[in-house]
Amino acid sequence: MKHKSTLKRVLHYIAGYRIYLAASLLFAVLTVALTLYAPVLTGDAVDYMIGEGRVDFGALTTLLIRLGVVIGATSLFQWLMNLCNNHMTYKVVMDVRTEAFDHMQDLPLSYIDSHPQGDIVSRLIADIDQFSDGLLMGFTQLFTGVMTILGTLLFMLSVNVWITLVVVCVTPVSFIVASFIAKSTYKMFRLQSETRGELTGLIDEMVGNQKVVKAFGYEEEAVSRFDGINKRLEKHSLRAIFFSSITNPATRFVNSLVYAGVGVAGAFAVIRGGLSVGQLSCFLSYANQYTKPFNEISGVVTELQNAMTCAARVFEFIDEKPMTPDVENGPRIEKAEGRVDLSDVAFSYTKDRELIRDLSLHVEPGQRIAIVGPTGCGKSTLINLLMRFYDVDEGRIAVDGQDIRELTRKNLREQYGMVLQETWLKSATVRENIAYGKPDATEEEIIEAAKASYAHSFIRRLPKGYDTVLSEDGGSLSQGQKQLLCIARVMLCLPPMLILDEATSSIDTRTELKIQDAFAKMMEGRTSFIVAHRLSTIKEADRILVMRDGQIIEQGTHESLLEKNGFYAELYNSQWAV
Amino acid sequence: MRRLLHFMRDYRKESILGPLFKLLEASFELFVPLVVADIIDVGIANRDSGYVLGRGGILILLGLIGLASSITAQYFAAKAAVGCSTQMRKALFEHLNSFSYKELDTIGTSTLITRITSDINQVQTGVNLVLRLFLRSPFIVFGAMVMAFTIDVKCALIFLGVIPILFAVVFGIMGITIPVYRKVQGQLDRVLLHVRENLSGVRVVRAFNRQQDEKETFHRDSSTLMKTQLFVGKISALLNPLTYAVINGAVILLVWTGGKQVDGGILTQGQVVALVNYMSQILVELIKLANLIVNVTRSLACLSRIDSVFDQEPGMEEGTCGDSGLAGTVPCVEFRDVSMTYQEGAEAALEHVSFQAWPGETIGVIGGTGSGKSTLVNLIPRFYDASEGSVLVDGVDVRDYTFQGLRQRVGVVPQKAVLFSGTIRDNLRWGKKDASDEEILEALKTAQGLEIVEKKEKGLDEEILQGGRNLSGGQRQRLTIARALVRDPEILILDDSASALDFATDARLRKALREKKKSAAVFLVSQRAATVRQADKIIVLDDGEVAGIGSHEELYRSCEVYREICLSQASAEEEKAHEA
Repeated sequence: MKHKSTLKRVLHYIAGYRIYLAASLLFAVLTVALTLYAPVLTGDAVDYMIGEGRVDFGALTTLLIRLGVVIGATSLFQWLMNLCNNHMTYKVVMDVRTEAFDHMQDLPLSYIDSHPQGDIVSRLIADIDQFSDGLLMGFTQLFTGVMTILGTLLFMLSVNVWITLVVVCVTPVSFIVASFIAKSTYKMFRLQSETRGELTGLIDEMVGNQKVVKAFGYEEEAVSRFDGINKRLEKHSLRAIFFSSITNPATRFVNSLVYAGVGVAGAFAVIRGGLSVGQLSCFLSYANQYTKPFNEISGVVTELQNAMTCAARVFEFIDEKPMTPDVENGPRIEKAEGRVDLSDVAFSYTKDRELIRDLSLHVEPGQRIAIVGPTGCGKSTLINLLMRFYDVDEGRIAVDGQDIRELTRKNLREQYGMVLQETWLKSATVRENIAYGKPDATEEEIIEAAKASYAHSFIRRLPKGYDTVLSEDGGSLSQGQKQLLCIARVMLCLPPMLILDEATSSIDTRTELKIQDAFAKMMEGRTSFIVAHRLSTIKEADRILVMRDGQIIEQGTHESLLEKNGFYAELYNSQWAV
Repeated sequence: MRRLLHFMRDYRKESILGPLFKLLEASFELFVPLVVADIIDVGIANRDSGYVLGRGGILILLGLIGLASSITAQYFAAKAAVGCSTQMRKALFEHLNSFSYKELDTIGTSTLITRITSDINQVQTGVNLVLRLFLRSPFIVFGAMVMAFTIDVKCALIFLGVIPILFAVVFGIMGITIPVYRKVQGQLDRVLLHVRENLSGVRVVRAFNRQQDEKETFHRDSSTLMKTQLFVGKISALLNPLTYAVINGAVILLVWTGGKQVDGGILTQGQVVALVNYMSQILVELIKLANLIVNVTRSLACLSRIDSVFDQEPGMEEGTCGDSGLAGTVPCVEFRDVSMTYQEGAEAALEHVSFQAWPGETIGVIGGTGSGKSTLVNLIPRFYDASEGSVLVDGVDVRDYTFQGLRQRVGVVPQKAVLFSGTIRDNLRWGKKDASDEEILEALKTAQGLEIVEKKEKGLDEEILQGGRNLSGGQRQRLTIARALVRDPEILILDDSASALDFATDARLRKALREKKKSAAVFLVSQRAATVRQADKIIVLDDGEVAGIGSHEELYRSCEVYREICLSQASAEEEKAHEA
C-alpha cells in the first residue's frame, strides 16, 4: 500500500526517461532470447558429432558461425541494455537528489531546527544512494531474471514436457529454502545490528569524550563495559553470519538436485528416443540458468524493498510542507530607514509551551537596542522573528511600517546584516567566505572589510592568504578567527540594519576592544539589535531590553535601569558580586 | 597483516579447516561434469537405465557431501572472522585508552571511532570472504582446466589460452574502474558536505539570501557526480558482455576442436558436453573471484588504517608513586619554570611559568583566547607533559605518580560540558564510584545544581540522553561541576566552566565554592575579570607568557595587560567606583 504509492512516484520520475526504459526493455528481451538460443545451438552442434567418423562438419560450420553471430549480438545488446539502465538510474537519482536539496532550501526553519541534522543528511545521501543501487539492480536483474525464467520455461516446454516438469517442481524448493533462511535469520541480524548500535553508542561516548574519561580515571570501567557488549556482539554476529551463509550452499544443493533430476530424466528420454544428446546438454545448461534468476530475484526483491523504503523516506522529506510562499507583487523596501515595530507579538515553538506573548516594541531608525536576560528568556527567538526565520503566531512585526509578511523574505533579509554566536563558514576560500553576502565584491572591497574587522592580519599569515581553502566549518581556524571572518562578511554588505548575537563572545577582550570601534562605526545610523552577555557592549546601547520568560520586563538606558534597581540591576551587580 | 594474523592465532584451527572444507566442496563440484559425461557415454549409449539411476544417485550424493562440507566451512570461517575481529576490537579499544591527550589530538576522535567500528567490520567481512572463497575460486578455475587436460589435451589447450584472456578482461576493467569509483566517492563526499553545510549554516544562507546560489552549486556538483557515474558505468557495464563473449567464443572453438576429436575417435559426445560444462564453471567462478578481490582490497585498506592506530605508541609513561605523604606541608601545586610546546617546531603555548598554589587558595587564571590558560591547567592532572621544567603536586613531580594516584586528587570541570548517557546519579558517580546520595546532593548544592534535580520527576534517577541533549547548556555545566566536586578533590580546576551560566548564578557558584572548599586549591580559568577578581592569586597570561601574578589590586596597579582586560569589560569609572 505504502510501497504502491512510492512505486507510483518512482515511475513518475522514470517517465521522463521512457525512451531509455523502452530501449532497455527491448534490449533485455533480445538479450534473454539470444542467451537462451545459444545452448540450443551448442546442443545441436553436439548432435552433429555422433561418433568416430560420423561428424557432419559442413553443418557444424554453419552452426558455429550462427552461434558466433548470436554471441556477438548478445554481448552487444547486453551492453546497450546496461547503458540504458545506467542512464536512467543515475539521471533519476540526480533528479530526486536535486529536488530534495532544493526543497530543503524552501523548508521552514522550524522543520530544520526540530529534526536532527543527521537524519536529514542520511535521507539526502544514504537513502538516495541505497535507492540508486536498488533501482539499478532492479532494472538490470529483475526484467532479465523474470524473462529468463519465462523464456527458459517456454524453450524447455517446446522441447520436452516431462523434463520441464521436473525442473519446475524442484526449483521452487530453492526459493523456499532461501526465504526460510532469510526469515529465520532476520531476527539474528536485528539482534546483531542492535548490539552493534549499542557498542557504537558506547564507543561514541567514550572515545568521543576520551579526555573526560581520562580526567576521571574511568578507563577500566569503560573497558569492562565495552568487553561485555563486545562479547555479546561476537555471539550475535556469529549466529547471524553463519546462519545466513547457509543460504548459498543450500540453494546450490537444490540446484544440484535439479541438475541430477534433469540428467536422469533426460537420459531416460534419450534412451526412449524422445530427445537427442545435444538437447540433453542444452537442458542441463538451462537447468543451471533456470535456478540462477530465482536466487537473483529473491536478492533483487529485498534490495528493491529496501530501495522503496529509502525512496519513501526521501519522498516524505520532499513532501514536508514548505514555507508559506512570499506575497507576489507585494510592496518592496529599497533601503530601510530602520524603523521596527513589534505589536502584540505572540510566538511559541511548540503549541503547549508559550514562549513570547504580548510583546510590543518600537524602535526608531538608527537606534542601538541591546537585549539581555538569562538563558532561554527568548533573546534568540526574537532574532528568529525579526529575520522571519519563524513567523509570529499573533500580532505583527513591521519594518518602516510595512508588515514583514507582506515583503518577500529576500527583500526583508537584505535589510539586515547578521553575526551569530555560532560561527558558520563555508568550505571554500577565505575570499569566497567574506564575499558570501556580495559575490560580486571587488578585491579592494574584500580586503577593506577584512581590515575593518581586524581579520586582515591573520588572513595574510595563512598559507595562501585570501585564497586559503577552509575545510568544513572553518577547519583549523580558531573560534575567534572564525568570528572575525563572520564579522568581515557583514562588513562587506553593510545593510541598513544589524543583528549581532553574542557576536564577539569568542574573541579575547583586547581584540574585541579594537573591534568595538569598527562595530561602532558600522552601527552608526543603523538600527542594531545586539544580544550580549558582556555588559561593556550593552552599556553603549541607546536602549536595553531586559527579557525574562519571553517578556520584556524592563527597558531603558543603562543608567536609568540601574537607578530602577530591578532585575537588570541585580544581573549587573552580580557580575561584580563579592 | 602481521597483526591480523596475531589476532587469528586463537582461531588457527578454524582458519585452516574452513578453507579445507571449501576445497573439498569444490572438488566434488568438479566431478559433476564427469558424471554427466558417463551418463551420456555409458548410460545412454548402452541404454542402461540402472546405470543412469546410479549416476543420478551419485550426483545427489556429491551434492549432499558438498552441502555438508560447505556448511562446515561456512561455520569455521564465520567463527574465525567474528572471533578475530572481536579480539581486535577489544585490543584496539584498550589501546585507545592508553593514549594521552597528545595522541588524541593528533589522530582525532572521529577518526578513531570509524576505525573501531566500520573499519573493523569491513575487516571481518574480508576475513570471512577470504576464508570462504579465496582458495575455492582459483581452485575451481584451475581445477576445471586440469580436469579438461585429463579428458583431452588438445581441447584443454583452449582452456589454457582462454583463462589468461579472461583474467586480462576482468582485471583490466577493474583496473580502469576502481580509481574512477574512488573519484565517484570523492564527489559523493562533496555532495554530502554540501548538504551538511547547508543544514548547519541554514540561518546564514538565508540571511544572505544565497539559497538560489546554493541550489545551483548543488546542481552542478550533483550533475558532475552523475556524469562520472555514467562514465564509469559505461566501462564496468562491459564486464559481463565481454566475459560472456570470450567464454562462448571459447565454446565455439571447443565444439569445433571437439568435433574433430570425436571424428577422429579420440573423444566421445559426452566428453565434449563435459568440456563445455567446465568452461561455464570457469566463468561463474571468475566473476566471484573479481568481486572477492574488490572486497579484499577494501578490507586491506581498512586493515592498514587500523594498523596505523595500533602503531601509535602511547606517549606517556606512568610513574609508580600513589601518594607523596607530603600533603599539607608543601604547596598543592607548584610550577617550576614550565614551558610547553604542543608540537615540535610549533610556537610554545606556555613559556617559563613558575608559581605555587597552597591548600585553600583560589588561583584565578586569566588571559585572551590562545594565551595558554587551558594549557596551564591541563598540565596539573598530567593531560599533557611539560616540555621543560616540572609540575609538582604535593611536592612530587606529576610524572612520578600513577595516573590513578594523581588524577584522583584533582577534580576537573572541562570547558565543554560533557555528560554521558545514564542517570544523573551514574554521571555524578564518575567523580567517586561509591558516592552516597547525601554526598551527591551536597555537591549539587555547591554547584548550584540542586534545582535541576528537584525539578526532575525522578530526581537523581532521571535519565540523561547521550551528550546530555535533554538538558540546557547551563544545566549541563552545573552537573559537570558537581561531578568534579563529588570526589572532594584536593585540587579543583574550573576551566572556563561557567560560561553558560548567567552572572547571578556564576556569582553564587563562586561564593559557595569559597565557603565549601576551604582546604582545596581552586583554579578558576576565565576570560571574565569579574570571575577571577576575588581570587587569592591571579595569573595573567599573555601569548603563553606570564604577564603578572598577584591579587586584583596589585595587578590592576602594576600589570598593564590585566588592566586592559578589566577596562575592556567595564568602564574605568565603574572600575574605580568598585575599588573604592
